[in-house]
Amino acid sequence: MSQTKTKDHAALAEAFIKDEERVDWHDGALWYIREKRDIAAKQIPEWEELREAASKIKSNVISNLHEYLLQFEANLKKNGVTVHWADSAEEHNQIVYSILKAKEINQMVKSKSMLTEECHLNEYLEERGIEVINSDLGEYIQQIDNEPPSHIVLPCIHKRKEEIGELFHEHLGTEKGLSDPTLLTRVARKHLRNIFLTRRGALTGVNFAVAETGEYIVCTNEGNADMGAHLSEVQIASMGLEKLIPQKKHLGIFLRLLARSATGQPITIYSSHYKKPRIGQEMHLILVDAGRTRQLGRPDFRDSLKCIKCGSCMNTCPVYRKSGGLSYHNTISGPIGAILAPNLDMKNHADLPYASTLCGSCSNVCPVKINIHEQLYKWRQEIVKEGYAANTKALGMKTMAWTLSSPGKFTTVAKAGKWFMHNVPFVLNNKFNPWYKQRDMPDGPKESFSEWFTKNKEQKK
Amino acid sequence: MNTREKILGAVLQNQPPTTTLPDITRFKGNSIDLVQKYMDVFKTIGGSSFLVDDIAAVKLSIAENFDATKRIVTTLPELGDRFELISAAADPHSYENIELAIIKAHFSVAENGAVWLTEEVMGQRIIPYICQHLAVIVNAENIVPSLHEAYERIGAGEYGFGAFIGGPSKTADIEQALVLGAHGPLTMTVFILK
Repeated sequence: MSQTKTKDHAALAEAFIKDEERVDWHDGALWYIREKRDIAAKQIPEWEELREAASKIKSNVISNLHEYLLQFEANLKKNGVTVHWADSAEEHNQIVYSILKAKEINQMVKSKSMLTEECHLNEYLEERGIEVINSDLGEYIQQIDNEPPSHIVLPCIHKRKEEIGELFHEHLGTEKGLSDPTLLTRVARKHLRNIFLTRRGALTGVNFAVAETGEYIVCTNEGNADMGAHLSEVQIASMGLEKLIPQKKHLGIFLRLLARSATGQPITIYSSHYKKPRIGQEMHLILVDAGRTRQLGRPDFRDSLKCIKCGSCMNTCPVYRKSGGLSYHNTISGPIGAILAPNLDMKNHADLPYASTLCGSCSNVCPVKINIHEQLYKWRQEIVKEGYAANTKALGMKTMAWTLSSPGKFTTVAKAGKWFMHNVPFVLNNKFNPWYKQRDMPDGPKESFSEWFTKNKEQKK
Repeated sequence: MNTREKILGAVLQNQPPTTTLPDITRFKGNSIDLVQKYMDVFKTIGGSSFLVDDIAAVKLSIAENFDATKRIVTTLPELGDRFELISAAADPHSYENIELAIIKAHFSVAENGAVWLTEEVMGQRIIPYICQHLAVIVNAENIVPSLHEAYERIGAGEYGFGAFIGGPSKTADIEQALVLGAHGPLTMTVFILK
């Protein structure tokens, strides 16, 4: 399931947008969720104050992370939870493997966790003879199709129901042509119930971890995290360091924001507070760094660690909606993914901060007020400085800098551009100019603004 | 240096100067007409709620709406004459075939329709998830306006496991089509005791 980068965002998106009908549908489906978010937000008069409070709480977390980690660890131990620390994805995977191995468990059920996707845990365990089944319906569908999730909240939002029906026919033996969402969900419910009942090991992600009490909160709509966890002998939770919040009362702020921002629901159906293992059960928690402390040390980008993974920046992003999550070749796609990924591997993800119009819609909907579009712009500067920008972009920037360096040069170039558009449009409108892919350019104006201004100024006199 | 020390060292070195926590005491929910508000919101999230006078009315409604020939479990002693009482000591897998679970919530939240349950009132952690249908009883005076009052009420309350549950399990993973009954209960009913 790992995605090794072979093509950049633009090339991958090109494949996605070939099917215009699908692009329009994908665009509409995500915009519909954005609209549901708006309706939910407008029902809370103090919405903007909640966002501000959430952002400030997360600023405090980032600035006191050391202390909160120690407090959280001490409380976890007091609650009877075994604590593990992992510096890298590899170390995280090794820890999970050793926990399962010690109990001779070779089958595990896993609820949605972007962190374990990022770590490529499933592949790691499968190579060592441990079978993992993703229990979130969308993630299950992606797993049987051997694809990573395309959206952090809606993992298979890019798939049509007929395609899912085909996958179920192949993997679960359903009737060919079955594509009704309710019927398909019932089939998955039955199949996965048997998985929950027979798996001794269960892994979940973490939405929030409370330093004050040592409990962690897992939010789902399907109930899959709880079905796995409460029927397991060994329960493992994997979390990035940034998931901490100081006190339990702060959950009031975050849980009011999370589901409304994500899907427009007032709260996820299940907000489970895990504190102590069940009698006879083992509970493990793995604290994972994997680049987070490095991001913490980047003043321009550390606020990206505030993210609560609601996906609202994806739903609103015109580039995401029209290019699909898989074009981002990173576990976390969309605007937030584009500011997290360069920290992990700047060279391989140098294209992602350019997958944006910098319109700022992402920052406007973010429930913790991350300045996403500003960070995208700053990453572009870092990437150019480090020499990772694509050649065409670097050349374009240099030409632009030369053009804009004096009014004389600008006027000359603008005049030349207009002349080309009117007289020899094919010079611009050809396959070498990416702006003309799937697009027609409007006719160029007959005169430039400065020509119009000069003429009108004279007339007025 | 072990991993723990390495990570903590990097955090200490890279974290910015301390900022203060905001005062969140000003956040309060609207406490007008909580029962009606709760019922309205709960309906929008796919649940059914009934305002009832007493436990006898709950029994009557359950007899009317659920299949009594199937396995029905409860944690409420006052329902023990009709239904099987949940054993905290049983293997959780043994509840795999329950049709309906009837439990009592500590309180519910008007703004989002959720009920607050801890493992003591669940009987077992798995119960509200593994049942085909879930029924929860809550006293009318135990409806709080929003999550802020909810966490005030939970306070430092001791529990091994607790959860807000707001409606039947659901998914919209296939083409955004809403389907009630993903892995958890297919329906959720709340009885508000006057």
